[in-house]
Amino acid sequence: MLQSAFHFGLTIGRTGTPEAVQFWILAPLAVMAALGILLVKKAVHSALLMAWVMVTLAIFYIAEDALFLGIVQIVVYTGAVMMLFLFILMLVGVDSSESFVENLKGQRIPSIIAALGLGGLIASLVGRAAVVSPAAGLAAANAGGNVQGLAKLLFTQYVWAFEVVSALLITAALGAMVLAHSQKVRSPFAQRDLSVARFRKASLADAAGLPTSGVFARHNAVDVPALLPDGSPAPTSVSQTLRARGDIISSSGFELKSIEEQED
Amino acid sequence: MTTTELIGQDPGWLILVKGLFIFVFCVVSTLMAVWGERRIVARMQMRLGPNRVGKFGLLQSLADGVKLALKEDLIPAAADKIVFVVAPIISATTCFMAFAVIPFTGKVNLFGHKTALQLTDLPVSVLYILAIASIGVYGIVLAGWSSGSTYPLLGGLRSSAQVISYEVAMGLSLVAVFIYSGSMSTSEIVAAQHQWWFSVILFPSFAIYVISMVGETNRAPFDLAEAEGELVGGFHTEYSSLKFALFFLAEYVNIVAVSALATTLFMGGYHALPGLTFTESWLGGWFTLFWFVGKIVAFFFLFVWLRGTLPRLRYDQFMKFGWKVLIPTSLIWILVLATLRVMSQRAVSRMVLLGFSIGVVLLVVLVTTLYDRNSAKAKAAAHLPEMPQPSFPVPALPGQSLPNQNIVSQFELVPELENQNG
Repeated sequence: MLQSAFHFGLTIGRTGTPEAVQFWILAPLAVMAALGILLVKKAVHSALLMAWVMVTLAIFYIAEDALFLGIVQIVVYTGAVMMLFLFILMLVGVDSSESFVENLKGQRIPSIIAALGLGGLIASLVGRAAVVSPAAGLAAANAGGNVQGLAKLLFTQYVWAFEVVSALLITAALGAMVLAHSQKVRSPFAQRDLSVARFRKASLADAAGLPTSGVFARHNAVDVPALLPDGSPAPTSVSQTLRARGDIISSSGFELKSIEEQED
Repeated sequence: MTTTELIGQDPGWLILVKGLFIFVFCVVSTLMAVWGERRIVARMQMRLGPNRVGKFGLLQSLADGVKLALKEDLIPAAADKIVFVVAPIISATTCFMAFAVIPFTGKVNLFGHKTALQLTDLPVSVLYILAIASIGVYGIVLAGWSSGSTYPLLGGLRSSAQVISYEVAMGLSLVAVFIYSGSMSTSEIVAAQHQWWFSVILFPSFAIYVISMVGETNRAPFDLAEAEGELVGGFHTEYSSLKFALFFLAEYVNIVAVSALATTLFMGGYHALPGLTFTESWLGGWFTLFWFVGKIVAFFFLFVWLRGTLPRLRYDQFMKFGWKVLIPTSLIWILVLATLRVMSQRAVSRMVLLGFSIGVVLLVVLVTTLYDRNSAKAKAAAHLPEMPQPSFPVPALPGQSLPNQNIVSQFELVPELENQNG
């Protein structure tokens, strides 16, 4: 039933009813989301709307019988690329909004030219497909199966372009890694180094870590020094920051009295 | 008639019935899975587990579900309200969608119609499941981000990094199945396994898939996104009531979904175990549902067993494992497999095939031996240098002797103790 619905709208130049319904529901949503990408304030909201636009595009592809393209669009763009975007945006911060500082000086004019060029290229391609050499139609393209037809084209006629594009992408990925890589990947104060350093010190008194704060069974706050067996407070049991601020409560009040005193 | 054609003839109401079946199957299996997991883990930890509500505690998860639904529904003040509400909905809806292309049975008779218990079949079914899974992760990532607090954010970050890395390995492990079955449609992949299961002939792919499916579903030992010991509750720390219940549901439905996919792709789908194919003719096609569910239960037991056995991986080890072990291994395996496939299609003689296989095995052994030797050398080079004797009674490091030689060993103490007792 679903397949016949797909085939119903396949005659070139005409749109079947189910496809028209699908289009008029999804297209306004997609356009609104696309506008939203530019208008919303938070970067994460933009990324989410972008993901939504990609999903709707995928649904359009599937409705047009380009099943493989639609699914791959979701896997690659929504699943991987947008997820990476979100990852970066979340690292940047929860409430960060767009900054208008131009990092690359003088990049506006070349980028406008490049955008115009890309637009022209797309327009000419679409125009050529629509006017000069009319498309063969999806029924012909999908004759031997959608995936098989695509694979045949990719690995015979366009194999050179395909390989060049993949080489370009790998180069870009490697370039990004080289640019982002710095020699000192590991912190000099990793857990292991700190542990080694503790054992290399002259005194091994705190090799197993500093004592924890608080007086057993009386007071467990972090600003109360622990008591040593002789009853004197252990200052190292309180965090350095608190010591520096002087935010320490005296623990002498929490000492257990000797048995004779308690019985009194 | 292939399964795809058979399903294509379904009338509309039958499609609805199948959709309802999938929904009920998922919800019931979640209830059973929660109960089963708690009972099995309890047995592994020498406890009893829930045994109060209903016979054997079977209704425990139902009672817990009702309790969860009646809790107060909180939205933190710092949360991004819309995304906070949308996130669990994304999680809970996408997890059901994967089941649309899973073949539950072979040909069966349903209300007088000859059909198969599979909602639909696409030429790219398996890719469809991957696509749905990748959308499902948005639920976790967005939940982490929108909660407006630190631990959930860390959980969300971990989850997105985890999915990006493990989905690659998972996708690569599926390539071998596509090469051997010549299709990406689930029903055709099951049909291609009528003689040999892919878990046998494509064992490395199967192993990689099983590892990455545990990573995909955020389950122990790969449950870094919720990591109770480190991140409180990870991405769902701030969630309560029904929204939390949706995440809970999604987690278990996802486990069943990846198990069902593993069954379909590698374990012969709904077909009977080898040597028991006669069972399929006993009760007609319906008996295949028994085998299908049985295989899912086996995978689920594996999930619980892993959780009961292995500690959680550290984040960097987890990433290293994904990128430096799983992905290169599956890439090399696909290269070898594709070469073998082309050789056998070109009707190369068996001796050449055998020679190639032996050559590959020898090469792998050689490389791993060299690697082991190198890392052993590196370890020896990093041996701790001579240090001053400690003035404090710590255990002796390798190469040190204790300064105080008159420490009595435990064995020498024993007669003394005996004397005291005597």
